[in-house]
Amino acid sequence: MKTLNILIRRNIKLFFKDKGMFFTSLITPLILLVLYATFLGNVFEDSFRMAIPEGMKVDDNILSGIVGGQLLSSLLAVSCVTVAFCSNMLMVQDKVTGAASDISMTPVKGSTLAFGYYISSFISTMIISLVALAAGLIYIGVIGWYLTFTDLLLIVLDVFLLVMFGTALSSVINHFLSTQGQISAVGSIVSSMYGFICGAYMPISSFGDGVQKVVSFLPGTYATSLLRNHCMRSALDEFEASGIPAEIVEGMADTVDCNLYFFDKEVSVPIMYLVLGTSVVLLVTIYVIINYRKNRKKCRI
Amino acid sequence: MSDIIKIENLCKSFGDIKAVHDLNLRVNKGELFAFLGVNGAGKSTTISILCGQQKKDLGKVYVNGMDIDTTQDYKRDIGVVFQNCVLDKALTVIDNLKSRAALYGIFGESFERKLKELSELLDFGDLHRRTVGKLSGGQRRRIDIARALLHDPKILILDEPTTGLDPQTRKLLWNAVDKLRKTKDMTVFLTTHYMEEAAEADHVVIIDSGKLAASGTPLELKNRYTGDFITLYGVTEDEVKNLDYEYSMSKDVCRINVPNTLKATELICSHPEIFRDYEITKGKMDDVFLSVTGKKLTGGNEG
Repeated sequence: MKTLNILIRRNIKLFFKDKGMFFTSLITPLILLVLYATFLGNVFEDSFRMAIPEGMKVDDNILSGIVGGQLLSSLLAVSCVTVAFCSNMLMVQDKVTGAASDISMTPVKGSTLAFGYYISSFISTMIISLVALAAGLIYIGVIGWYLTFTDLLLIVLDVFLLVMFGTALSSVINHFLSTQGQISAVGSIVSSMYGFICGAYMPISSFGDGVQKVVSFLPGTYATSLLRNHCMRSALDEFEASGIPAEIVEGMADTVDCNLYFFDKEVSVPIMYLVLGTSVVLLVTIYVIINYRKNRKKCRI
Repeated sequence: MSDIIKIENLCKSFGDIKAVHDLNLRVNKGELFAFLGVNGAGKSTTISILCGQQKKDLGKVYVNGMDIDTTQDYKRDIGVVFQNCVLDKALTVIDNLKSRAALYGIFGESFERKLKELSELLDFGDLHRRTVGKLSGGQRRRIDIARALLHDPKILILDEPTTGLDPQTRKLLWNAVDKLRKTKDMTVFLTTHYMEEAAEADHVVIIDSGKLAASGTPLELKNRYTGDFITLYGVTEDEVKNLDYEYSMSKDVCRINVPNTLKATELICSHPEIFRDYEITKGKMDDVFLSVTGKKLTGGNEG
């Protein structure tokens, strides 16, 4: 246990002290912030206004709360996964620098090492994601706060599960990487692609039918929707309470992916949790099997 | 003396390339063993197999009596200083050593004691709080060796440990290694491109194209593969050209190649009028290496 603790501490320190790795992990959230600051925020606000029938009074504060919730949910949806990928690159970095060769000479169990990478990556990603969450909440507090305490708890739960998912997914993929070139390639692909396929940059509802069907098979999609629900649903309810017709509000919920459909069938929030939770269990199981097989192979050498 | 490393009929191929071919060698406990070969000769492959990082095709490897096919316990007896620094450059010296020591179950007071001992041995007490990435090559090498010694290994594998280091740091490292051998009876398995380091070894093995090319003490190898040299001072070329031995002249110094010390003595006794000021020396390990492999060992630029 002591060995595991020290390994975890080493990995976390390395992530935060390695400026290259740390700043690379922040690229995607920064892209998102720039997109919202420059035009996405206005585009979404305008589209919400246009959805409201002419003559109806719109509370700007609620609208800002909805757009702020969308920004926060997008930010968390991408950072929980991309930061996990970057922090978990340490396991590849160790192969590149030769540290893995040195560590393999020690009597420490392969499972302890694998567990060490997983937990440290999880903790590093949680720290950054919670800081992002805190910053996002301050922003929402300034522009229009409609979140309830339950929303806050559920957002933290979503972040927890999504970080577990991101860490498990990156653990499985990074396990097979061994060169600097592969680190750069996978890092770039994940940073640039994940924001799109999880629906953080653009809502999934705005994709074509085929793409929507494809992304409905990806667990990240459901995590984004969970975050959307918990960051925006209260503001949308407030919108409805202010006199906006329910069908218009539901239309808006469809547009921003609060309502998610799997082949035209609406997916409820508990099912989204089930999909995400099952994915985590499945990926962690795969990671354990991969490491078990690797250790057995190592023992046979 | 007992064998602490025994390699029997070791074979390893990468596709059509036979990296190691039917290699046999033994390393005695407590000796300084030099393992020489040009780049690509099979040294690193042999070390990787010895450390359990690569699978062998055929043969047997025993470390401290343990068959590496049947146990992983032998790894605790080995400390490796790899060619490249394997420390975490973003962390401090103490953080690096602490995390590596933890992998051997060394914590708290045991670690502090070990840190003190190694700091004195390798003279890095003033570097504890420094970031490894900001250290010089020599300083980093010392920490790398300390890392390999944290768990008191019985065998220290040094893979080109002094390449690129200044003479002062090389001397410091060799003093530390000598001390470890004397005080702890540690076996040192060395690969190097510096022949003067190999000349200090108890036993030398030269491999070429994955095969054992020569084996013995430096003296045995010198006697077997090189002759002696008589360096003769204050003579003219006319005086030496009729001696019937190969020679080279440089100003008034002549270097005569003779097959062995006996022939050198005979030559001197038969021409006392020429041999007024002279010295007899054995061939160098460079000459041995060149004679055995037909190649010069220059570290990456062999030819």
